[in-house]
Amino acid sequence: MTVRVQESDFDVGAELDRLTSSNRRIGGLAVFVGLVRELHVREGYHRDRIDALTLEHYPGMTEAALEEIEAEAHRRWPLEATVIVHRYGRLEPGDRIVLVAVGSPHREAAFEACEFLVDWLKTKAPFWKLEDTPKGEKWVGAHAGDDRAAARWVKK
Amino acid sequence: MKVRYFAWMKRTVGLAEEEVTLPADVTTVGELVAWLRQRSGGHAEALAEGAAFGAAVDKRTVPFDAKLAGAQEVAFFPPFTGG
Repeated sequence: MTVRVQESDFDVGAELDRLTSSNRRIGGLAVFVGLVRELHVREGYHRDRIDALTLEHYPGMTEAALEEIEAEAHRRWPLEATVIVHRYGRLEPGDRIVLVAVGSPHREAAFEACEFLVDWLKTKAPFWKLEDTPKGEKWVGAHAGDDRAAARWVKK
Repeated sequence: MKVRYFAWMKRTVGLAEEEVTLPADVTTVGELVAWLRQRSGGHAEALAEGAAFGAAVDKRTVPFDAKLAGAQEVAFFPPFTGG
């Protein structure tokens, strides 16, 4: 279980190698890499071009929240290894923002847990995006679709 | 006690953080919000009733009826937009 919050970029290949090295029980890795998009779709139709994105976070709380989400994934699925790397600071279109990788003996658990981690980190980890657009700066608003995605994983 | 603000709330309040000494009748996060609103126009706007924001006490998300007893740091922030 690894959580890192950092300003610098990460190397996906190196992260995955580190995750699987010395663990021969992993039969599948599910990987999500979030990137900065050039266009932001708002309310489904209007588009703003983005020059850059600045991610702010709450040091200390961010790591704790991510560790909690990661621990929850390990309680729900039989996982062998997980890594979450989330960047902050100024990012440009095409830049990597987040890496979530999950290793499990079987693919179903890896796929599901990876999706769960991404859905929950979007709504439970204290990050905020400020967009730099040709029309000026804009704080990204919460997205109802993200709340719905996260709600899928609430235990009834 | 330290109060911190994040994202647009930091800009609206005009402060990233401030030290406050609570009056005896401010015992919950909700009461703290009402009390902070009186500090400036920026506070009143950022913490306005109906504004979408959440709170954390000592770096854990809490509901507004959470008690402040023993809290070192309270933070206010807009909904999270990471990932």
